[in-house]
Amino acid sequence: MAERILMKGNEAIAEAAIQAGCRHYFGYPITPQTEIAAYMAKKMPKIGGVFLQAESEIASINMVYGAAAAGMRVMTSSSSPGISLKGEGLSYIAGSDVPAFVVNVQRGGPGLGGIQPSQSDYFQSTKGGGHGDYRMIVLAPASVQEMASLTVKGFNLADKYSMLSMILADGTIGQMMEPISFEDVAVEHYPKPWALTGTEGKRKHNIVNSLYLNPEVLEQKNFERYEKYKAVEASEVLYETYMMDDAEIGVAAFGIAARVAKNAVAAARAEGIKAGLIRPITLWPFPKQVLKDAAEQVKAFVSVELNMGQMIEDIRLATECRRPVTLCNRAGGMIPSPEQVLQSIHAAVKGGN
Amino acid sequence: MKTTQILIAGFGGQGILFAGKFLAYKGLLEDLQVSWLPSYGPEMRGGTANCSVILSDDPVGSPIITRPDVLIVMNLPSLQKYVDAVVPGGQIYVDSTLIDEKVRRADVTAYYIPATQMAKDAGVGTLANMIMMGHVLKNNPELSFEGTEVTVQKMVSAKKPELVGLNMKALEAGRDYAG
Repeated sequence: MAERILMKGNEAIAEAAIQAGCRHYFGYPITPQTEIAAYMAKKMPKIGGVFLQAESEIASINMVYGAAAAGMRVMTSSSSPGISLKGEGLSYIAGSDVPAFVVNVQRGGPGLGGIQPSQSDYFQSTKGGGHGDYRMIVLAPASVQEMASLTVKGFNLADKYSMLSMILADGTIGQMMEPISFEDVAVEHYPKPWALTGTEGKRKHNIVNSLYLNPEVLEQKNFERYEKYKAVEASEVLYETYMMDDAEIGVAAFGIAARVAKNAVAAARAEGIKAGLIRPITLWPFPKQVLKDAAEQVKAFVSVELNMGQMIEDIRLATECRRPVTLCNRAGGMIPSPEQVLQSIHAAVKGGN
Repeated sequence: MKTTQILIAGFGGQGILFAGKFLAYKGLLEDLQVSWLPSYGPEMRGGTANCSVILSDDPVGSPIITRPDVLIVMNLPSLQKYVDAVVPGGQIYVDSTLIDEKVRRADVTAYYIPATQMAKDAGVGTLANMIMMGHVLKNNPELSFEGTEVTVQKMVSAKKPELVGLNMKALEAGRDYAG
């Protein structure tokens, strides 16, 4: 077994990205994710990579676009307000069908908000963020080990489908240290025949572009892109279940909220309440089927979130509102306690809010 | 299974996060499951600092501590803020050089260590935090003092080997404090 070392979640992302073959990082500092940039600044020059602190978030995402178009494994990272600034570039990258990897270590919002942990960019990352019809693969780690493993996965999936992938983490998982080992790093390689690598006069030049003035052509591009998304939805869904076998109360939570919820589910079980946890690991594609199936079994769902209730909408859609879904939440940088989640489980047992 | 939740709190600059890292590394070397969660942001720039460390035989659930088993405080606001959160039967370690107040709870064990003064006297001025840690190890046999030097070596930069000796001196002073 590889040696267990202690690392911050942010550092784990950076190290995993390097191990996944990323040699191009463009970013702009913002709390609580700056350790990613700091790690890259230290390591990239030593391994022949590029670390570049751009003059702004907007510049950095367009540098990502350029490197992605050239076929490089490339990433950027930021936190909520910074991701908003990158929104236009994300849409261009999506519209050009080039792969890139983005990290959002969320903080409370809206606006400049605060710097404490949050999950309030769920809508932004799973429903759009930038303009136009597009999707990103959104991965939600709940441990430092997953910060690393899902980073590698994020690069692999981005290249496999030639699209954007994002780690949606939060300040807690970014800042905390846990033991981690890098034994499971499996880097996949996919051909990029579309990449702008120089023709050397030997082939027709490639074009990477998101501008299509002919609406028939643009519509066709959108149709093709959504065929690709369908394939992602069919084969890339990830989730974890905990004590769901005989569960009557289904708690759903991702990221740090799932860690808190797990404690509450264990406490509920100790009281004889049949609670279980469904933890989406991919937020897009959302694990609809496991929730739909659970709706056959549980009496009620509780969605635990660090926002005003965002994933709860996807739970209601996935379960077709067949069971009541209540919200257990804190916002603005606050985190629900296991006791608060347990109270919500109690309320769900009684059938109230 | 056994899970110990440890909260360390004080001013920024007292080595609160470093002390927490020490306990986390100690747990790591003893093959425990570990989480270390710092306060971050404005606190780190001169205000209050705190750090949550969980050591467990089982995978750690939430890394956030609301009811610590062990509280280590190095300023008065931290004692006042967290004293009531400690579980009954828990331990509270107070740097009595910096905190005059006593713990007004009968259901916890309080330890008073004049760590800041001891650090000055021993010529390890900035290592009051590690004196506190030495005393914590002494009273928590499951953590044990064994392997402490290896832990410190892991944490200290290879360029500054002299820091290993200084940290060990502070840890031993804390362990041997009988007051």
